[in-house]
Amino acid sequence: MTDTVSDSWTVAGRTFRSRLIVGTGKYKDFEQNAAAVEASGAEIVTVAVRRVNVSDPKAPMLTDYIDPKKITYLPNTAGCFTADDAIRTLRLAREAGGWDLVKLEVLGEARTLYPDMRETLKATETLANEGFLPMVYCVDDPIAAKQLEEAGAVAVMPLGAPIGSGLGIQNKVTVRLIVEGAKVPVLVDAGVGTASEAAVAMELGCDGVLMNTAIAEARDPIRMARAMKLAVEAGRHAYLAGRMAQRRYADPSSPLAGLI
Amino acid sequence: MAAEISLIVNGEPRRVAFGSSIADLVAGIGLDPKKVAVEHNGEIAPRSTLADVSLSEGDVLEIVHFVGGG
Repeated sequence: MTDTVSDSWTVAGRTFRSRLIVGTGKYKDFEQNAAAVEASGAEIVTVAVRRVNVSDPKAPMLTDYIDPKKITYLPNTAGCFTADDAIRTLRLAREAGGWDLVKLEVLGEARTLYPDMRETLKATETLANEGFLPMVYCVDDPIAAKQLEEAGAVAVMPLGAPIGSGLGIQNKVTVRLIVEGAKVPVLVDAGVGTASEAAVAMELGCDGVLMNTAIAEARDPIRMARAMKLAVEAGRHAYLAGRMAQRRYADPSSPLAGLI
Repeated sequence: MAAEISLIVNGEPRRVAFGSSIADLVAGIGLDPKKVAVEHNGEIAPRSTLADVSLSEGDVLEIVHFVGGG
Protein backbone atom coordinates (compact mmCIF):
# COMPACT_ATOMS: atom_id res chain seq x y z
CA MET A 1 0.00 0.00 0.00
CA THR A 2 1.39 3.35 -1.01
CA ASP A 3 0.66 5.87 1.68
CA THR A 4 0.30 9.57 1.01
CA VAL A 5 3.28 10.51 3.11
CA SER A 6 5.80 8.65 0.98
CA ASP A 7 4.13 9.69 -2.26
CA SER A 8 5.84 13.03 -2.76
CA TRP A 9 6.76 14.80 -5.98
CA THR A 10 9.75 16.93 -6.84
CA VAL A 11 10.04 19.98 -9.04
CA ALA A 12 13.45 21.54 -9.70
CA GLY A 13 14.90 19.73 -6.68
CA ARG A 14 12.16 20.82 -4.27
CA THR A 15 9.97 18.10 -2.82
CA PHE A 16 6.34 18.53 -1.87
CA ARG A 17 3.77 16.17 -0.38
CA SER A 18 0.65 17.95 -1.59
CA ARG A 19 -0.07 17.60 -5.30
CA LEU A 20 -2.59 20.41 -5.23
CA ILE A 21 -1.47 23.97 -5.99
CA VAL A 22 -4.08 26.63 -5.34
CA GLY A 23 -4.49 30.19 -6.52
CA THR A 24 -5.16 33.15 -4.24
CA GLY A 25 -7.44 35.22 -6.49
CA LYS A 26 -11.20 35.87 -6.43
CA TYR A 27 -11.76 35.18 -2.71
CA LYS A 28 -14.22 37.24 -0.66
CA ASP A 29 -11.45 38.31 1.71
CA PHE A 30 -8.01 37.31 2.98
CA GLU A 31 -9.47 35.29 5.90
CA GLN A 32 -11.50 33.07 3.57
CA ASN A 33 -8.51 32.72 1.25
CA ALA A 34 -6.22 31.62 4.09
CA ALA A 35 -8.82 29.15 5.40
CA ALA A 36 -9.25 27.63 1.94
CA VAL A 37 -5.49 27.21 1.53
CA GLU A 38 -5.38 25.48 4.90
CA ALA A 39 -8.27 23.16 4.00
CA SER A 40 -6.71 22.33 0.63
CA GLY A 41 -3.50 21.14 2.23
CA ALA A 42 -1.61 22.97 -0.52
CA GLU A 43 2.05 23.70 0.08
CA ILE A 44 2.31 26.03 -2.92
CA VAL A 45 0.07 28.98 -3.79
CA THR A 46 0.17 31.10 -6.91
CA VAL A 47 0.33 34.86 -6.46
CA ALA A 48 0.27 37.82 -8.83
CA VAL A 49 2.63 40.79 -8.93
CA ARG A 50 0.90 44.18 -8.99
CA ARG A 51 1.56 47.83 -8.21
CA VAL A 52 1.36 48.80 -4.55
CA ASN A 53 -1.46 51.27 -3.90
CA VAL A 54 0.76 54.20 -2.88
CA SER A 55 -2.24 56.17 -1.61
CA ASP A 56 -3.14 53.41 0.88
CA PRO A 57 0.18 51.86 1.94
CA LYS A 58 -1.22 50.37 5.16
CA ALA A 59 -3.89 48.28 3.38
CA PRO A 60 -3.69 44.60 4.41
CA MET A 61 -1.39 42.50 2.26
CA LEU A 62 -1.61 38.85 1.24
CA THR A 63 1.64 38.13 3.07
CA ASP A 64 -0.07 39.15 6.34
CA TYR A 65 -2.51 36.22 5.96
CA ILE A 66 -0.57 33.52 4.08
CA ASP A 67 2.93 33.25 5.48
CA PRO A 68 5.52 32.90 2.70
CA LYS A 69 7.81 31.15 5.17
CA LYS A 70 5.30 28.30 5.53
CA ILE A 71 3.67 28.21 2.09
CA THR A 72 5.75 28.46 -1.09
CA TYR A 73 4.69 31.49 -3.11
CA LEU A 74 4.70 30.76 -6.83
CA PRO A 75 4.65 34.17 -8.55
CA ASN A 76 2.72 34.15 -11.82
CA THR A 77 2.65 36.36 -14.88
CA ALA A 78 -1.12 36.41 -15.28
CA GLY A 79 -2.18 39.34 -17.41
CA CYS A 80 1.02 39.37 -19.47
CA PHE A 81 0.55 39.16 -23.24
CA THR A 82 4.21 39.34 -24.33
CA ALA A 83 7.40 37.54 -23.33
CA ASP A 84 8.98 40.87 -22.35
CA ASP A 85 6.12 41.76 -19.96
CA ALA A 86 6.25 38.31 -18.37
CA ILE A 87 10.03 38.44 -17.91
CA ARG A 88 9.85 41.95 -16.41
CA THR A 89 7.14 40.80 -13.99
CA LEU A 90 9.15 37.79 -12.83
CA ARG A 91 12.33 39.81 -12.35
CA LEU A 92 10.33 42.02 -9.97
CA ALA A 93 8.80 38.95 -8.32
CA ARG A 94 12.23 37.50 -7.68
CA GLU A 95 13.31 40.75 -6.08
CA ALA A 96 10.11 40.94 -3.99
CA GLY A 97 10.27 37.39 -2.74
CA GLY A 98 13.68 36.01 -3.45
CA TRP A 99 12.27 32.96 -5.25
CA ASP A 100 13.42 31.59 -8.57
CA LEU A 101 10.60 29.01 -8.86
CA VAL A 102 7.95 30.85 -10.89
CA LYS A 103 4.85 30.25 -12.96
CA LEU A 104 5.11 31.56 -16.50
CA GLU A 105 2.00 32.26 -18.50
CA VAL A 106 1.97 34.41 -21.62
CA LEU A 107 -1.55 34.92 -22.85
CA GLY A 108 -2.63 35.16 -26.46
CA GLU A 109 -6.04 36.82 -26.18
CA ALA A 110 -8.43 38.01 -23.49
CA ARG A 111 -11.48 36.05 -24.65
CA THR A 112 -9.99 32.55 -24.22
CA LEU A 113 -6.86 33.36 -22.17
CA TYR A 114 -5.22 30.73 -24.34
CA PRO A 115 -1.42 30.78 -24.09
CA ASP A 116 0.61 32.40 -26.87
CA MET A 117 3.06 29.53 -27.34
CA ARG A 118 5.55 31.46 -29.49
CA GLU A 119 5.97 34.10 -26.77
CA THR A 120 5.79 31.45 -24.02
CA LEU A 121 8.67 29.50 -25.55
CA LYS A 122 10.75 32.65 -25.99
CA ALA A 123 10.15 33.69 -22.38
CA THR A 124 10.96 30.19 -21.09
CA GLU A 125 14.38 30.28 -22.78
CA THR A 126 15.22 33.74 -21.44
CA LEU A 127 14.06 32.93 -17.91
CA ALA A 128 16.01 29.67 -17.81
CA ASN A 129 19.11 31.54 -18.97
CA GLU A 130 18.63 34.05 -16.15
CA GLY A 131 18.51 31.28 -13.56
CA PHE A 132 14.76 31.15 -13.08
CA LEU A 133 12.98 27.82 -12.64
CA PRO A 134 9.85 28.31 -14.75
CA MET A 135 6.77 26.13 -14.40
CA VAL A 136 5.01 26.86 -17.65
CA TYR A 137 1.29 27.16 -18.48
CA CYS A 138 0.79 25.79 -21.98
CA VAL A 139 -1.57 24.31 -24.54
CA ASP A 140 -2.41 20.62 -24.24
CA ASP A 141 -0.03 19.75 -27.07
CA PRO A 142 2.60 17.04 -26.50
CA ILE A 143 5.02 18.61 -29.01
CA ALA A 144 4.78 22.06 -27.46
CA ALA A 145 5.31 20.47 -24.05
CA LYS A 146 8.53 18.81 -25.23
CA GLN A 147 9.77 22.08 -26.73
CA LEU A 148 9.16 23.86 -23.42
CA GLU A 149 11.02 21.14 -21.56
CA GLU A 150 13.98 21.50 -23.93
CA ALA A 151 13.89 25.28 -23.43
CA GLY A 152 14.25 24.91 -19.66
CA ALA A 153 10.75 24.51 -18.22
CA VAL A 154 11.01 22.71 -14.85
CA ALA A 155 7.36 21.67 -15.14
CA VAL A 156 4.81 21.80 -17.93
CA MET A 157 1.27 22.81 -17.05
CA PRO A 158 -1.23 22.17 -19.83
CA LEU A 159 -4.70 23.65 -19.58
CA GLY A 160 -7.60 21.26 -19.13
CA ALA A 161 -9.99 23.94 -20.40
CA PRO A 162 -9.84 27.76 -20.55
CA ILE A 163 -8.80 29.57 -17.35
CA GLY A 164 -11.75 30.17 -15.04
CA SER A 165 -14.16 28.17 -17.22
CA GLY A 166 -14.67 25.16 -14.95
CA LEU A 167 -15.36 23.01 -18.02
CA GLY A 168 -13.23 20.08 -16.89
CA ILE A 169 -10.50 18.28 -18.78
CA GLN A 170 -11.53 18.50 -22.42
CA ASN A 171 -8.80 16.42 -23.98
CA LYS A 172 -7.72 13.50 -21.86
CA VAL A 173 -5.79 11.98 -24.77
CA THR A 174 -3.40 14.92 -25.17
CA VAL A 175 -2.90 15.31 -21.41
CA ARG A 176 -2.00 11.62 -21.18
CA LEU A 177 0.39 11.94 -24.14
CA ILE A 178 2.12 14.88 -22.43
CA VAL A 179 2.47 12.84 -19.24
CA GLU A 180 3.94 9.90 -21.15
CA GLY A 181 6.46 12.07 -22.98
CA ALA A 182 7.59 14.41 -20.21
CA LYS A 183 10.71 14.08 -18.07
CA VAL A 184 9.59 17.00 -15.89
CA PRO A 185 6.45 17.12 -13.73
CA VAL A 186 3.14 17.68 -15.52
CA LEU A 187 0.35 19.57 -13.78
CA VAL A 188 -3.06 20.38 -15.19
CA ASP A 189 -3.39 24.13 -14.83
CA ALA A 190 -6.81 25.62 -15.49
CA GLY A 191 -10.17 24.18 -16.38
CA VAL A 192 -10.98 22.01 -13.37
CA GLY A 193 -14.46 22.86 -12.08
CA THR A 194 -15.23 20.24 -9.47
CA ALA A 195 -13.61 17.44 -7.50
CA SER A 196 -14.20 14.60 -10.00
CA GLU A 197 -12.31 16.59 -12.64
CA ALA A 198 -9.30 16.98 -10.35
CA ALA A 199 -9.40 13.21 -9.87
CA VAL A 200 -9.45 12.73 -13.66
CA ALA A 201 -6.26 14.79 -14.00
CA MET A 202 -4.54 12.63 -11.42
CA GLU A 203 -5.84 9.37 -12.91
CA LEU A 204 -4.23 10.42 -16.20
CA GLY A 205 -0.90 10.33 -14.37
CA CYS A 206 -0.35 14.03 -13.83
CA ASP A 207 1.98 14.97 -10.99
CA GLY A 208 -0.42 17.60 -9.71
CA VAL A 209 -3.25 20.01 -10.37
CA LEU A 210 -3.33 23.79 -10.14
CA MET A 211 -6.64 25.55 -9.62
CA ASN A 212 -8.14 28.77 -8.36
CA THR A 213 -11.68 29.53 -9.52
CA ALA A 214 -13.06 26.05 -8.79
CA ILE A 215 -12.40 26.68 -5.11
CA ALA A 216 -12.84 30.45 -4.89
CA GLU A 217 -16.19 30.51 -6.70
CA ALA A 218 -17.71 27.49 -4.95
CA ARG A 219 -20.63 28.37 -2.68
CA ASP A 220 -18.50 27.11 0.22
CA PRO A 221 -14.87 27.57 -0.84
CA ILE A 222 -13.42 26.00 2.28
CA ARG A 223 -15.42 22.80 1.85
CA MET A 224 -14.54 22.70 -1.86
CA ALA A 225 -10.86 23.10 -0.96
CA ARG A 226 -11.16 20.00 1.20
CA ALA A 227 -13.00 18.18 -1.59
CA MET A 228 -10.19 19.01 -4.01
CA LYS A 229 -7.55 17.78 -1.57
CA LEU A 230 -9.37 14.45 -1.27
CA ALA A 231 -10.01 14.23 -5.02
CA VAL A 232 -6.35 14.79 -5.87
CA GLU A 233 -5.35 12.13 -3.35
CA ALA A 234 -8.04 9.73 -4.61
CA GLY A 235 -7.06 10.24 -8.24
CA ARG A 236 -3.41 9.71 -7.41
CA HIS A 237 -4.14 6.48 -5.55
CA ALA A 238 -6.31 5.26 -8.44
CA TYR A 239 -3.50 5.99 -10.91
CA LEU A 240 -0.94 4.14 -8.78
CA ALA A 241 -3.35 1.28 -8.15
CA GLY A 242 -3.89 0.76 -11.89
CA ARG A 243 -7.48 0.71 -12.98
CA MET A 244 -9.30 -2.41 -14.22
CA ALA A 245 -9.68 -3.00 -17.93
CA GLN A 246 -12.93 -1.82 -19.46
CA ARG A 247 -15.33 -4.39 -20.96
CA ARG A 248 -18.13 -3.86 -23.40
CA TYR A 249 -20.57 -6.05 -21.45
CA ALA A 250 -21.26 -7.24 -17.93
CA ASP A 251 -19.06 -9.61 -15.98
CA PRO A 252 -20.64 -11.00 -12.77
CA SER A 253 -18.83 -10.40 -9.50
CA SER A 254 -20.44 -13.36 -7.71
CA PRO A 255 -19.43 -16.91 -8.66
CA LEU A 256 -21.67 -18.75 -11.09
CA ALA A 257 -20.79 -22.12 -9.59
CA GLY A 258 -23.04 -23.37 -6.80
CA LEU A 259 -26.10 -21.43 -7.88
CA ILE A 260 -29.21 -22.93 -6.34
CA MET B 1 13.66 76.52 0.56
CA ALA B 2 14.32 72.82 0.05
CA ALA B 3 14.55 71.85 -3.59
CA GLU B 4 12.26 69.11 -4.83
CA ILE B 5 12.32 66.82 -7.82
CA SER B 6 9.43 65.27 -9.74
CA LEU B 7 9.08 61.52 -10.22
CA ILE B 8 6.53 59.16 -11.70
CA VAL B 9 5.70 56.46 -9.12
CA ASN B 10 3.33 53.68 -10.23
CA GLY B 11 2.10 55.91 -13.01
CA GLU B 12 1.36 58.91 -10.75
CA PRO B 13 3.39 62.11 -10.38
CA ARG B 14 5.09 62.49 -7.02
CA ARG B 15 7.55 65.04 -5.57
CA VAL B 16 10.39 64.21 -3.18
CA ALA B 17 13.21 66.24 -1.63
CA PHE B 18 16.30 66.68 -3.76
CA GLY B 19 18.88 64.07 -2.83
CA SER B 20 16.33 61.44 -1.75
CA SER B 21 17.23 57.79 -2.20
CA ILE B 22 14.86 55.04 -3.28
CA ALA B 23 14.78 53.87 0.35
CA ASP B 24 13.68 57.39 1.38
CA LEU B 25 10.88 57.27 -1.19
CA VAL B 26 9.66 53.84 -0.06
CA ALA B 27 9.75 54.86 3.60
CA GLY B 28 8.07 58.18 2.77
CA ILE B 29 5.15 56.37 1.18
CA GLY B 30 4.88 54.22 4.32
CA LEU B 31 5.87 50.88 2.85
CA ASP B 32 7.93 48.08 4.35
CA PRO B 33 10.84 47.65 1.93
CA LYS B 34 10.96 43.93 2.77
CA LYS B 35 7.52 43.41 1.21
CA VAL B 36 7.98 45.25 -2.07
CA ALA B 37 10.18 45.26 -5.15
CA VAL B 38 11.25 48.39 -6.99
CA GLU B 39 11.95 48.98 -10.65
CA HIS B 40 13.91 52.19 -11.33
CA ASN B 41 13.80 53.49 -14.92
CA GLY B 42 13.09 50.00 -16.21
CA GLU B 43 15.81 48.23 -14.20
CA ILE B 44 15.38 46.20 -11.02
CA ALA B 45 16.66 48.10 -7.99
CA PRO B 46 18.05 45.40 -5.68
CA ARG B 47 16.73 45.75 -2.14
CA SER B 48 20.26 45.92 -0.72
CA THR B 49 21.01 49.04 -2.78
CA LEU B 50 17.83 51.05 -2.18
CA ALA B 51 19.55 53.42 0.24
CA ASP B 52 22.46 54.01 -2.12
CA VAL B 53 20.57 55.06 -5.24
CA SER B 54 19.74 58.78 -5.46
CA LEU B 55 16.67 59.80 -7.40
CA SER B 56 16.84 62.27 -10.28
CA GLU B 57 14.30 64.59 -11.88
CA GLY B 58 11.92 62.63 -14.14
CA ASP B 59 12.81 59.15 -12.81
CA VAL B 60 10.13 56.51 -13.36
CA LEU B 61 9.57 53.99 -10.57
CA GLU B 62 7.37 50.95 -10.21
CA ILE B 63 6.79 49.60 -6.71
CA VAL B 64 5.09 46.20 -6.67
CA HIS B 65 4.09 43.50 -4.21
CA PHE B 66 2.34 40.15 -4.22
CA VAL B 67 -1.44 40.07 -4.46
CA GLY B 68 -3.92 37.24 -4.84
CA GLY B 69 -3.83 35.55 -8.23
CA GLY B 70 -4.28 32.27 -10.03
